[in-house]
Formats: sequence, structure tokens, C-alpha cells
Amino acid sequence: MEMLRGGAQPKQTYIKRTRTGRINIKAGNKVELVTKWTIAMLAVLTIMAFFFFDYTGLQLERAITETAYNLKTMFLEPTLSHFSWGEAFHQIGITVGLGVLATVIGAIIALFLAFLAAENLSKPWISKSVRVVVAFIRAVPTVLWVLIFAIAAGLGSEAAVLGMLFHSIAYLVKAFSESFEEVDRGILEAMRATGSNWWHMVTHGVLPSTFTYLLSWTFLRFEINFGVAVAMGAAAGAGGIGFELFMASGFYFDLREVGFITYAILIIAIILEIVSTQLKNRYFPAAAKN
Amino acid sequence: MSLLQVEGLGKSYNLETKVLKDVNFTVETGEFVSVIGPSGAGKSTLLRCINRMVEINEGKVIFNNLDVGSLKKKDLRKLRTDIGMVFQHYNLVPRLTVIENVLHGRFGYKTTLQGVLGRFSEEEKEQAFFLLQKLGIEEHAYKRCDQLSGGQQQRVGICRALIQDPKLILCDEPIASLDPNSSKVIMDHLKSITNDLGITCLVNLHQVEVAQDYSDRIIGLRKGEIVFDGKSALLREEQINHIYGTERRELITV
Amino acid sequence: MNEKAMRKSRWITTVSLIIIIGITYLSAVITEFNFIDSVATLPKALSWIFANLWITQETWERLPAILGKLNETIFMSIAATTLAAIISLFLGLMGSKTTKVNNVFSVLARLIASFSRNIPVVAWSLILLISFGQNSLTGFLALFVGTLGFLTRAFIESIDEASQSAVEALQATGATYAHIVNKAVIPQSLPQMLSWILFMIETNIRSATLVGILTGTGIGYTFDLYYKSLNYNAVALVTFTIVIAVIIIELISNRIRKVIL
Ligand SMILES: Nc1ncnc2c1ncn2[C@@H]1O[C@H](COP(=O)(O)OP(=O)(O)OP(=O)(O)O)[C@@H](O)[C@H]1O
Ligand SMILES: [Mg+2]
Repeated sequence: MEMLRGGAQPKQTYIKRTRTGRINIKAGNKVELVTKWTIAMLAVLTIMAFFFFDYTGLQLERAITETAYNLKTMFLEPTLSHFSWGEAFHQIGITVGLGVLATVIGAIIALFLAFLAAENLSKPWISKSVRVVVAFIRAVPTVLWVLIFAIAAGLGSEAAVLGMLFHSIAYLVKAFSESFEEVDRGILEAMRATGSNWWHMVTHGVLPSTFTYLLSWTFLRFEINFGVAVAMGAAAGAGGIGFELFMASGFYFDLREVGFITYAILIIAIILEIVSTQLKNRYFPAAAKN
Repeated sequence: MSLLQVEGLGKSYNLETKVLKDVNFTVETGEFVSVIGPSGAGKSTLLRCINRMVEINEGKVIFNNLDVGSLKKKDLRKLRTDIGMVFQHYNLVPRLTVIENVLHGRFGYKTTLQGVLGRFSEEEKEQAFFLLQKLGIEEHAYKRCDQLSGGQQQRVGICRALIQDPKLILCDEPIASLDPNSSKVIMDHLKSITNDLGITCLVNLHQVEVAQDYSDRIIGLRKGEIVFDGKSALLREEQINHIYGTERRELITV
Repeated sequence: MNEKAMRKSRWITTVSLIIIIGITYLSAVITEFNFIDSVATLPKALSWIFANLWITQETWERLPAILGKLNETIFMSIAATTLAAIISLFLGLMGSKTTKVNNVFSVLARLIASFSRNIPVVAWSLILLISFGQNSLTGFLALFVGTLGFLTRAFIESIDEASQSAVEALQATGATYAHIVNKAVIPQSLPQMLSWILFMIETNIRSATLVGILTGTGIGYTFDLYYKSLNYNAVALVTFTIVIAVIIIELISNRIRKVIL
């Protein structure tokens, strides 16, 4: 047992000590430092936030008990009062429809842009510029796009779809171009060697080997777009179930109806989530981010 | 009294198949014992019953005069400090430094608060460095574990087991992911742990030749049953064929 | 064989395309979406945007007020994300396969996450607005709830993939649950979690605009005011500040990510 203890002191050339003479066990590198600083900054900013907040008209205790009561009413006694079941389905259909249109049209446009953005199919400067434009588009919140198009193009489903298109395209260009970039270089080289031109390579090499991925990504975006369509109905007057939600809570103050609508949205969202989780597990085991 | 007695051990993960059936053997202090057997024979399961990483269904495991199966949570922790474990895939925390990973072996001796605060005594740290030096990887002490080669990582794993000050070390296929050279280094270290430090080793192995070269005794497992238990020298072609059945042929060609 | 597989894959492609076209057509009908119309309005809309969305000299005077509101929105997003992350860490530990305490808590954690994630943030905003009123806390809470669900799911994934094997090894040394979580699971998955937190802050700034429009707080409210009073120059300025803020935050996050991942 004595040997385990290190009875005879070895020459300890590799040991690093702190100023107080204790032995270091951390590497003390940049990663640890940045991690620590990030966490510290987030903590400080969070505490500061509560000093910056505007608390006009807030009665915390009352608000909390009231919210608890409201939630209970909503979720335990959902009812429809201002419109019928048929109408409810129609409104849900509109929301889903907006999501579908933004997703499908977005996917078609994104497909072409993705060819330009993929580094293995395009020139470096084109791919760079597409990425910069996409980054800018993403920085403008969807609701602003919709509202801007609502005045620019006149209110209606066209404005909603056009506004929603922007983020859909940005998201799908990124996803699609990354799928293209993962296509085996060997395939492209072999095709180039046989004298195929760019269009041949795309239609016979790239598209067939990535088609299922493109479809899955499109569906994942549809899951997001359903949520966006609900939000656009409520905040930008795009119609559909989101608008009914806004009316029920902000206009009629009918909590039971809010509850009903929330359940309806929840059910669809969960179904979409289950399907997209299945797709993700099947095609992208390392869950890809945004 | 023997260090380890396994009596009538039975284990099944589900109702259909019994992974271990009536396994009996004893291990004396200072022995180097290999367990061999085809894939799925239950070698890993057997090892994990000894420190109760999986629950024991039937029979008894007696370690150091304690009935492992009936220990309460606190006593189980104490038991596990006496048993080190080395894994095929090293099972280190990749982002932490080598020295931190070695010190993880001391958690069994700490209260929750000490461990969470990360308090290790200077003596423990020195001991960790001593062990790293003994296994020849002291210079990597402050590297992240994912920057080391497989053989080096396995040596970190051995250091982590040794710093527990164990009476027994369980090795689950310690060289299955290593090249022949690193395998030899690891096996030599394990052997010297038994010879120089008197720590008992129970090693799962896939390579029969390695088992024969290094161990005092070999246990052959087939479909959850012990079909051979004796000195390495007594293990002949005939017994090997019996242990591996027809699968032996594929094993040689690989 | 190859021939057969190819014919099958072509068949699948054709069928899925037909289904998609059908669904798209139905969607256009139910939403009264006119494809030709929208293409036709596009040039008109763009020319309107270029003609009206200009930041003029006098709108710059409104900048301090706008920046104040933007500030509030950014703080709202950071605070909501950080606090949600703390709770999500607990829910994530409960929900993950490797670190769950028992199945009941695991299911419960996943349920809470799913519930808070799938009820859209607009619904939370509207519900909270009723009793919390028109102030920052409403927006903060709405973002908080949505973030909670998203981060819990992300953390469960990070924990699951990070440290299964090390957890086993530490259990074998006799370490307690707290040791294992603190010294193996968290150190290993922290960078991934931080990356998700940064991502969520970016997302939340954009969502905060939406929430702000609904609850009358932060930059969303400012946008809404100018929008409704047809002050399009100010609308352009507000949009511009949001874009700048989002891009700056994205650049900072990317920098941090590059180092820690
Ligand atoms: N956690 C578990 N749950 C259910 N069944 C298991 C579990 N672990 C192992 N088994 C089953 O028990 C049997 C024995 O597995 P074990 O891992 O002990 O074999 P092994 O001899 O170590 O094999 P290998 O050489 O491949 O590692 C296998 O059939 C395996 O499928
Ligand atoms: Mg095994």
C-alpha cells in the first residue's frame, strides 16, 4: 500500500500551483475563462434587467392570484361561445393553410437560392453574398415583415404569406445548402469526369441524394410556420385561429373560449412536434440547430 | 476467507432470457483472473453484479465478507470505493482535464457538499500526480481528456480506479478499443498492479491469447454459465472450442 | 435490384410531390390566397417600401426614446432566457435518461416542457396581459414560459448525448448523485447548453417584438404606435435599430460559441 501513497516523493516537475501554493487541477485556458465570463455577464444583465423594467400599474399579488384563477378557468372549462365548431375548423384550416403556403413557396424559392449558397455548387463570392442577405433578412422579426407588407401590399392573406416567406426562405436556404454541401464529393467529381454540366449534376447527383432531407427540413419548417401563423393572426391581423384567440381574450374577455382555442392550437402543435421528432431521429440523429 | 465469493448468481434483464445462470466462483486476494467468452455470454453483466451496477436477481455475491446484494445505499457507496472499475470506452469526462478525471475516483470518500464544492486535499492531488507518473502520462495532466490517444485515456481510467485505493479492480474489456502496442502497455500495467500493489484484478477479455499470457486463472463463460474455471495453463484448444462453440472460427480470422 | 429501388424512389418522389401540390392548392383556397395577385403586388409593395420606409432627419430625434425601449426589450429577453435556463436545467436533469431520479419526475418534466413549448407565446402573452397589465413583467413572463419549454427539450438532448458513459463510471466509484451531476454532467454539457441559451436570447429579441405588440411593452409597442399613426419614417428607424441589435447579438454569440464549443 505504501507505493500507492507515493511514500518516496517523486520529482514533481509537471505540477502547477496557484499563488497560494495549492495544486491546480483546472487547465486555466481560454474556454474556461470565456465560459465563466459569459455566465457572469448573463447573471449581471439579468439582475440589471429588473431595474430597467417598467412596472406601470402592476399589482403583483393580485396579478398572480388572478392569473392562477384565469388559467384554471381556461383549462378546466373550455367552451366555444362566439363561433361554432365548423367555424373553428375553418379558422384552424386558415392558419394551417397560411403555414403551408409560406412553407411550400418558401421551399421552392429557397431551393434555388440554396444552390447559390452551397459552397460546392457555387462560386465563393456568390455563396458569401447570399449568406449575408439571409442573415439580414433573419434579423427583421417576421411580424414586422408581415405588418410592412400589410400596408405595402394591402391587408389579406397575401401580405401574411409574403411576410412569413422571408424567415422561411432564410431558414431553408441554410438547411438546404448545408444538405447539399454534405453530398459526397466523389459523386460530383465522378459526374464532372463524365462531362456532365452543372444542371446534370444538380438534377441527377445532388437532388436525388438529398431529396428526403429537403422534405424533412421543409416539414420541420412547417412546424415552426404553424406557430408563426398563429402569432401573425393575433398580432398582425392575418386571420385564422390566432385572430380568434386575440378577439376572445382582448375583445370579448372570454376566458373559456381562450381555453378552447388554446387547446386546439396545443393539439395541432403536439401532433406536428411528434411527427417532426420522428423525422429528426430518423434523418438527423445529431439534432441540427435552427 | 476469500476476497470475493459468487454463489449461485442468477440475473435476467427481462422475463424471457436468463443472462447469468447459477454462477459460482471465488477469487483470492492478489489473484489476476480473466473472464473470457463469446459476445453476449454475460461477461459485462457478471462484472456489474459484483459492484451492483445492475441488481442481483438470484444467489449471492460476497465481497470482503459483505453481502453485496443486501447492502443499503450508504453501504453500497462504501463498497464501491473498495472496487475500482475500468471500461472499454474509458468513460472519462472528455472536456475535463486528466487530473480532474483522476480525482473523480475520490468522490466515494466525500460527503456530498465536499464533492460538490470540488474540495480535494493537497495529499489527494499529489497522489493523483504520483499515479499519473507511475503510468507514464504525468506530462498530460493538464490536457483535456479528449485530446489524448485511446491508450493514454485508458491509463487515466486506471489511475482513476487506483486512486480509490481499491481492493479489487474490475476491467470490462480494457483493451478492446486499442491497438496491439497500447494493449500491451495497458495489460502490463494491470499485471503490475496485481504483482506490485497486491490489488486483485478481474478482467473481461476477448483475446484468448492475452488472457493466457497474463492471468493466473481463467474463467470461461458461455451463455451465462461457467464452462471452464482453472489455471491458464490448463486451458487447451478443446476447452476454448467448448467456450466459444462454433464462433471460435470467426474469431481467429478477424 | 438497383433498378427496382430507383423506380420505387422515383415513385415516392412523384407521390409526395402530388400530395404537396394538392395540399398547397387546398391551402390557397381556404385562405383565399391568390398566387397571381401576390406576385403582381410584389413590385408595387417593394416600390412602396423603398419610397416610404426612409429614415429622415427629424426621425433621428426620436432615437433616444426608441433606444430606451429597445433596451427594455433586450433586457427582457436576456432575463427571461437566463431565468428560464436555470429552471430548465433542473427539468432537463429530471427529464434526461442519464440523470433522471425516477420515471414520475421524468415524465412530469417532459410534460411541463411540452405544454409550455407548444402553447404559442401569443397565447401566453394574451393570458398574462389580462391580469398583469401593460408592463414589462407581462412580456418577460410570456417569453419566460415559452423559453422554458424550448430549453428543457434542448438541455435533455445535450445531457443525454454528453455524458452517459462518464455517469456510469462515477457511479461505480461510489459518487453521489450530486457529485455526478456537478462534476461530470454539467461540465460536459455546459458549452452546448450555453450555446442554446445564446441562441434563445437572439430568438427572444425577435419574439419580444411580437410580444411587445400584443402586450404594449418594449420596442414592439413603439413600433405599433408609429405604425398605427402612419409615421413610416419612424417605423423604418425602429426596424433599423432592431436589425442592428439582433445582428450585434448574433455576432457576439457566434464569437463566444467559436471559443467554447
Ligand atoms: N441493460 C440491459 N438490458 C437488457 N438486456 C441487457 C442489458 N445489458 C445486457 N443485456 C443482454 O444481456 C446479455 C449479456 O450481455 P453482456 O453485455 O453481459 O454480454 P458480454 O459477454 O459482455 O458481451 P460483449 O462481449 O459483447 O460485451 C446480452 O444478450 C444482452 O443483450
Ligand atoms: Mg461486454
